[in-house]
Amino acid sequence: MTRRLTLFAAGSLALAAVSPAGAFCGFYVARADTKLFNQASQVVLVRDGDRTVLSMASDFKGDVREFALVVPVPTFITREQIHVADKALIDHLDAYTAPRLVEYFDENPCRRFYRAQGAIPPMSVAAPKEESRADRARALGVTIEAQYTVGEYDILILSAQQSGGLVTWLTENGYQLPSGAGPVLGSYLKQGMKFFVARVNLAEQSKLGFTYLRPLQVAYETPKFMLPIRLGMVNANGPQELFVYALTRQGRVETTNYRTVRLPSGDELPVFVKDDFGNFYRDMFRRQVRREDGKAVFLEYAWDMAWCDPCAADPLSDRELNELGVFWVNPMMAEGPSKNVFVTRLHLRYDNEHFPEDLVFQQTGDRSNFQGRYVLRHPWKGDERCREADEYRQGLPARFEKEAQTLAHLTGWDINDIRKRMKLEAPTEEQPWWRRIWE
Amino acid sequence: MTESPAQTARRPLDPRWFQIGALSSLLGWGLLGLDFDLGGPQALVTVVTALGTQALGDRLAGRKIELKSAAITGLSLCLLLRTDHLALAALGALLAIASKFLIRLGGKHVFNPANFALAALVLTTDAVWVSAGQWGATAFLGFLVVCLGLLVVQRAARADVSLTFLAAYSGLLFGRAVWLGDPLTIPLHQLQSGALLLFTFFMISDPKTTPSSRAGRLLFALAVAFGTVLVQFELFRPNGLILSLVAASLATPLLDRLLPGPRYAWEHPRPGPLPERSFA
Repeated sequence: MTRRLTLFAAGSLALAAVSPAGAFCGFYVARADTKLFNQASQVVLVRDGDRTVLSMASDFKGDVREFALVVPVPTFITREQIHVADKALIDHLDAYTAPRLVEYFDENPCRRFYRAQGAIPPMSVAAPKEESRADRARALGVTIEAQYTVGEYDILILSAQQSGGLVTWLTENGYQLPSGAGPVLGSYLKQGMKFFVARVNLAEQSKLGFTYLRPLQVAYETPKFMLPIRLGMVNANGPQELFVYALTRQGRVETTNYRTVRLPSGDELPVFVKDDFGNFYRDMFRRQVRREDGKAVFLEYAWDMAWCDPCAADPLSDRELNELGVFWVNPMMAEGPSKNVFVTRLHLRYDNEHFPEDLVFQQTGDRSNFQGRYVLRHPWKGDERCREADEYRQGLPARFEKEAQTLAHLTGWDINDIRKRMKLEAPTEEQPWWRRIWE
Repeated sequence: MTESPAQTARRPLDPRWFQIGALSSLLGWGLLGLDFDLGGPQALVTVVTALGTQALGDRLAGRKIELKSAAITGLSLCLLLRTDHLALAALGALLAIASKFLIRLGGKHVFNPANFALAALVLTTDAVWVSAGQWGATAFLGFLVVCLGLLVVQRAARADVSLTFLAAYSGLLFGRAVWLGDPLTIPLHQLQSGALLLFTFFMISDPKTTPSSRAGRLLFALAVAFGTVLVQFELFRPNGLILSLVAASLATPLLDRLLPGPRYAWEHPRPGPLPERSFA
């Protein structure tokens, strides 16, 4: 039997009760979480000093016997450094950091009042199954440095003298390596890296009763603040989607070898986007990728974990953060907002041509908040008459037109289709200015 | 181009004007086209502090106030130093210019001012960083920076440092890729960095802080290249270029002693022997 190599495979869905709290930044309506994107991998990188905890979530759909995860790691990994996490943790982090749609309701221009509203999206989850193992190999120069069963996973820590031997060994043991993987494995070996290889132990999985693959976590200490993505590109059919959530003590994380770009945010969009937010976000992202020649990493969220405004989901609790590997919070401590955890959500669409080398990160001292946030403004529909209301009504067509153009600019959608969907009439003729004087 | 006798007689334009022009255009591009994390206030505070410190230093030293070098330092800091705090931006400019007056050996200042300030702040505080990746690898941008940079360097007659460094650093990156069996797109990507070009053509080439003799400068450039690769691929730390240049600058006085050469003066931007009359 052969296994398809999965580097970081993933996908997730938002669950969690969402608090539609009204606030300065608008009323939360919906979010664009990772499930919008096919073949999305999610990685949580907890980092402080050289201490690193990497969590990898997989959205692997299919026979779990075909699932295999091969990740280069910078150090030897002992049994205690590996953990299997609850998928809900990453789903929650996804929901909390997702780009969000908010809405405002224009008040009566004659008087002022506010109203709130919230709405929530649905959910879905992948399902898989089981497997076993084999070994042999010194002749090939491959060393099985350790083997563990952790949760539903069988894990090997491999090192090798040469990539050729490693490729042969992996192939003989049922790992279907894409052609071209050899040189990449060889490069990692020469850089002194070992390989963390995981597959599903079917017996353990059925004992545990999970019907999906839970995220694997590895804790290690290394000066290398990077994420190996090259293996994942070897067998890629088309570009892949990767979400990196960095949890740090000090501030925003950015890539040092690729441009990190903030996504457009805060724009006012036509109200119909409320029912089409997913498509809007996907198309906008695609367009931004193209604008940067496919070579940028995008910042979707950067925020102090203690709060949010508006919240797409509640901030993670100290217990959840601790589970994700944030070792400097103590869930036993009294509840308090000052968690000293800063979250950065990065999103990239990568392929060999545009991302030739692994991602290298640095932590910056930047603690300013950023969120992907898109705004709907519902016009006031009252029929009260006053000078302000008349002016307001006269200003609406121009505003709608501007919203339409913003949307077209961000997504590349056809402006006439947008106008049609907005039911925009031909611009009404301007009232002569003198009519308003003696009304 | 033919020159009239009157033009030949005229003293050539101080190359620092070209540097100021080039750095200002790059800064404008960074702010408008590349969304640099740099507000107008930070840029203003940085440049004004640099100029102010220079004026004060010149006054205290009883010299004619000369602001061009300080402007270059201020602009370089705007291009590279990132922080959320205006006070730290000001401190960077202050440290940079003050280092010129205070850290001197053999009548020369030891460190490139902007480089010194960046290294000092990056090493001592978490609130300052350098966004090396923000330039992106757009070939067009790289090309433009090279052109502008070369122009500046050739006028400043220290192209030997830049070119030696670039050759050595490229050689190391390509050599590493060949050894690892990596595709050459990797070193090419590593070289297509605006920050690298900025460093190569505007910082390491600083004629006042590079060794005076050509042999000294070549050794200096090689040391910076090796140091950068060491920081990047052995220590796995960011800011390899900046840290490596600071370390190599410490060896400049020694290189000058072992391999003496004519001192550089901005007023005579030509290689070759010069009268000993340098102002800073």
